[in-house]
Amino acid sequence: MLFSAVAMHIPDGFLSIVVLVVCWVISLTVIGVALRRLNRLDSDRNDSLMGVLAAAIFAGQMLNFSVTGGTSGHLLGAALATILVGPYAAVLVMTIVVSTQALLFQDGGLLALGANLFNMAVVGVFVAYAVNRLVRRLLGETRLAIFISGFAAAWSSIFVASLACALELAFSGTSPANIAVPAMGGIHALIGLGEGLITLGALAFIYAARRDLLKLGQAQPNGSRAVLIGGTLLAVGLTVFSPWASSHPDGLEWVAEEHGFLGAARDSLYSIIPDYVMPGIQNEALATIVAGVVGVLVVLGLTLGLAYVRRNIRRHAS
Amino acid sequence: MSGGIFADTHHSMHDPYQPGNSVIHRLDARVKLLLTIALIVTGALAAPGAWIVYVLLLTVTLSAAILSELGVGYVLRRSLLVLPFMLAALPVLFAQPGAALLSWAQLSLTVAGLERFLGVVFKSWISLQAAIVLVATTPMPDLLLALRALRLPGLLVSMTGLMWRYLFLMVEEVQRLLRARLARSSVAADGRRGGGTLIWRAQVAGGMVGGLLVRSFERSDRVYAAMLARGYDGEIRLLPRPPAAVWNVVVLVAGLLFFAFVTVLGVLYA
Repeated sequence: MLFSAVAMHIPDGFLSIVVLVVCWVISLTVIGVALRRLNRLDSDRNDSLMGVLAAAIFAGQMLNFSVTGGTSGHLLGAALATILVGPYAAVLVMTIVVSTQALLFQDGGLLALGANLFNMAVVGVFVAYAVNRLVRRLLGETRLAIFISGFAAAWSSIFVASLACALELAFSGTSPANIAVPAMGGIHALIGLGEGLITLGALAFIYAARRDLLKLGQAQPNGSRAVLIGGTLLAVGLTVFSPWASSHPDGLEWVAEEHGFLGAARDSLYSIIPDYVMPGIQNEALATIVAGVVGVLVVLGLTLGLAYVRRNIRRHAS
Repeated sequence: MSGGIFADTHHSMHDPYQPGNSVIHRLDARVKLLLTIALIVTGALAAPGAWIVYVLLLTVTLSAAILSELGVGYVLRRSLLVLPFMLAALPVLFAQPGAALLSWAQLSLTVAGLERFLGVVFKSWISLQAAIVLVATTPMPDLLLALRALRLPGLLVSMTGLMWRYLFLMVEEVQRLLRARLARSSVAADGRRGGGTLIWRAQVAGGMVGGLLVRSFERSDRVYAAMLARGYDGEIRLLPRPPAAVWNVVVLVAGLLFFAFVTVLGVLYA
């Protein structure tokens, strides 16, 4: 289950308000810039390309290969999209894919969408672009260079995005950094290999069948210096910061408590159990359980009541 | 291969819309979208131990499930999707300070940890239910129009619409590819498999992805030519929507007031 691309789609409820707001602001800004860039640069662009490509990548995520013991490798596709249509269009393609997964298929939460967009559409695409460019600059423009840079871009986009995901969980106080970072990073270092191999296979096919498409991606004027620098900074920053955060989990917890001002304010407002014990019950744990049972009964009562009223109304109507 | 080819893929790639004529189906898509977001925000604002908020929100989602005639069973079954991600929140059980309820080796389960874990579980579970009711009662075109009405950029909305138009076509293409691969892959009764190394298998999957992408490029060229031929000039023209009926506005205002009330209640009862 963890060996699929979905391990990175954070549901609602896992992230604190501060982390959510920060991620939304960054993601919306990048998406806004990407939209403006595309509107300005490509006056005669093929308007259907991004939609159709998004559908292909969405469906392509179903293409898997068996690894071992029932696990299988999947595709996320951020690196492939970046290589084929350039970073700004790829941001939009991944935005469409990730948003539709959240909205229609409940793969990732609606509020958490800001963070999921940040991880997969911003970090994934920017890192893929930066790595792809840098490796190609080192190796030249040979066939081998295209494949190696594609593999490296795919692996690092998955790995760095998973670090971002782990840090978001840690900053929200949902999963301590010393557990979340090694767990997410370790699993996705493996998943990234699968992504890299699939990307490699796809590039080999496209190179043989439609080499012009790869040229098209290269020639995209939209790959600006800003994405290159941003992607490099994200990759280096997250890979350096994650081990640090992981070895100082208390520091991060402190940040989450102190600077997550809403979280902190909330915790003091809601220190619920000490003064909110069910009357007559001394034991805290028991009081919590009783409160839970009462809650369940209230829900059951109200919904059953509603169902009953509805049935009565219908009987009267017919 | 006991579960079929797609046993390990996460998405059940079907349009989640369930046709119907219930109150919830007839409610304006904009109102539904706003109220769903309001419900999830209310949940997100609630503290780990604010049980009253969870109880009230759960009442809302289950009532919506009943009113929409989807049935509580349908919504609850689909909401189990969230379970795998619960693993990520498990460590929090043992990471909070406080008196230990249970101790096991070096780990100690505390009330604060349990509270925070259950808070996360409830929030994601309830949010999921709300989203399930929303998409099961609202067709995708209406959702897109609602997003457009809420000022989402037009390009993004029309791209998403195009993606939705071609998604199921592509899914069928992928299913054909997978079936063809399965048909050519031999597996003996005792579990021996044909085929090459792991890397070779990955390359084959990659080649299939590459083929899909090349076809999608070619398809999009034809699609765009057809769009231009039909007068596309960068804007998609839609049937004008009828204005929202008064009862929609009433539901919206009442709903928003209710969620504000629940948020305040959550703070007060702390």
